[in-house]
Amino acid sequence: MDKPVYTLEFEKPLRELDAQLDQLRQETLESGAPPSPETAAKLASLERRKESAQREIYGHLTAWQRVQIARHPKRPYALDYVSLICEGFQELHGDRQFGDDRALVGGTAYFNGDAVMVVAQHKGRETKEKIARNFGMPQPEGYRKALRLFRLAEKFGLPVLTFIDTPGAYPGIESESRHVSEAIATNLREMAGLRVPTISVIVGEGGSGGALGIGVTDRVLIFENSYYSVISPEGCAAILWKDAAAAPKAAEALKLTAGELEKLGVVDEVISEPQGGAHHDPVQTAATLRYALQKHLNDLRPLAVSQLLDARYERYRRLGVYEETAAGLA
Amino acid sequence: MHFDKPTYKVVRRHKKKDIPQGTYTKDPISGQPVFSKEIEDNQMVVPLSGHHFPIGARERLGWLCDQESFVETHAGVRSADPLNFTDSQPYVTRLKRYAKDSGLPEAVITGTGRIHGLEVSLAVMDFRFCGGTLGSAAGEKITRAIETALAKRIPCIIFSTSGGARMQEGILSLMQMAKTSAALQRLAAAGLPYISVLTHPTTGGVSASYATLGDVILAEPGAMIGFAGARVIKETTKQTLPAGFQTAEFLLKKGLIDQIVSRLEMRDRLHDLLAALHLKKKPAAA
Repeated sequence: MDKPVYTLEFEKPLRELDAQLDQLRQETLESGAPPSPETAAKLASLERRKESAQREIYGHLTAWQRVQIARHPKRPYALDYVSLICEGFQELHGDRQFGDDRALVGGTAYFNGDAVMVVAQHKGRETKEKIARNFGMPQPEGYRKALRLFRLAEKFGLPVLTFIDTPGAYPGIESESRHVSEAIATNLREMAGLRVPTISVIVGEGGSGGALGIGVTDRVLIFENSYYSVISPEGCAAILWKDAAAAPKAAEALKLTAGELEKLGVVDEVISEPQGGAHHDPVQTAATLRYALQKHLNDLRPLAVSQLLDARYERYRRLGVYEETAAGLA
Repeated sequence: MHFDKPTYKVVRRHKKKDIPQGTYTKDPISGQPVFSKEIEDNQMVVPLSGHHFPIGARERLGWLCDQESFVETHAGVRSADPLNFTDSQPYVTRLKRYAKDSGLPEAVITGTGRIHGLEVSLAVMDFRFCGGTLGSAAGEKITRAIETALAKRIPCIIFSTSGGARMQEGILSLMQMAKTSAALQRLAAAGLPYISVLTHPTTGGVSASYATLGDVILAEPGAMIGFAGARVIKETTKQTLPAGFQTAEFLLKKGLIDQIVSRLEMRDRLHDLLAALHLKKKPAAA
């Protein structure tokens, strides 16, 4: 396995320990002799310190630190998972009205041998791809393509798997002019009535309405270090704290981590990641995801359409916390 | 399903207060001072220029429904503080202030009423309560209004005005978009009409859910309607926004709404549309 690269700010202690370990190993290698007992002891001690630092850091991740892991440039993206857990992905392009949004892609694939419809937000890895994919921020035609594929899945009885990873729908003049609000709203309504099993997985960022636009599903799964929020921590901080630097505070207050979302009933299962995040072992992470998806599909497949739709309605119907007094007469 | 015993509260027409205070109010269109009472007596619309000032939910209902026909429901549904949220001040403190300042229990008033005799289920938002933001309580009330329409087999009308989803309830606010849209899916499947009326301003999560799902979408003149705020768009794209961007007039031109309707004609227009879509008969001459 590749050596983990500790690039995040809070991973600094690990970065330093790694540097020390590297240096010591390099020196030993260059000396040509086997390591002296002192060097061996020093190496072992450094390794122990690194392990305990890892436990300390990753065992107590703050909400803001998890947001950073969710946005990690090396984090596996939607299509990485699709290629790891699905076979024969056939991308289906375009919304048939305006264009083909590269930030929101989809098509048919086989999952454990069964055909499914995949719809995924994908950020792109290299600069050129990132630009082509608009950094994972879909435009109205992306949501309309998704709807077209949902309809196709319904027509042929294929379960729908959506992979959510977006900072949000793209805010722009063109996007507004082509009515991004309508594109998202229509998906919310139509997904509520889709007559096939639907499962979404938040693989990285669950950025507000842009995420929900492909996220009204029978089951919602989330990775341990992914987040899902009504607004970005930076946006919330800028509005409520009048200071974007208050993002860590806002991240905490918004209760946007996987564990908090599970407590609120917004997600159905939290999928564990390797220590430090999914990017430390994408293959293992994908295997965990495959297992969870199969389990939920097995639960949903036997249900009659009416049961499926009623359960989906109830799932969203009960979300929300409010007070209610009998009279309410002012 | 959640159907409550209705709580009765009659909203009288011509009950007025708020917005233009003082004897004279400056008309933003003509720049001229206008006698405030003249505006109040004209549904907060400036008689000569047609400028629409914001109007409160109860005042709107008073003008909209047949005399004494509006019956408020679910008035006891109020916001809680599920996240125990505190920014510069606790959310619960803010909630108390909004209730006190607006005289409203929530950012939306729901109930049933009649428009020229036709019974409808109504949800009317009010910007004065936390910027008309959509939280759990507002989402619940709107969902119940839709479910009432479904149960009574009557049309549903929602007047929106909102800054979007309510941040202080985090992800639960986002889920209200899904909840209300799911209810509208059932209403649509039942073949019952839903008319969405967009009033100034309707943005964010509300625009990206029920506000945009009307079988017919109407807007008041000059209303600002959009998904992302102008500031966010400017900062993200570095583009100069075209004149009149995100106004009701812009949306009409782009084909995104059906009509722009003056508040003074809203009651008649809603009835005309529902006569066609719901009664499917030409109404008898008034």
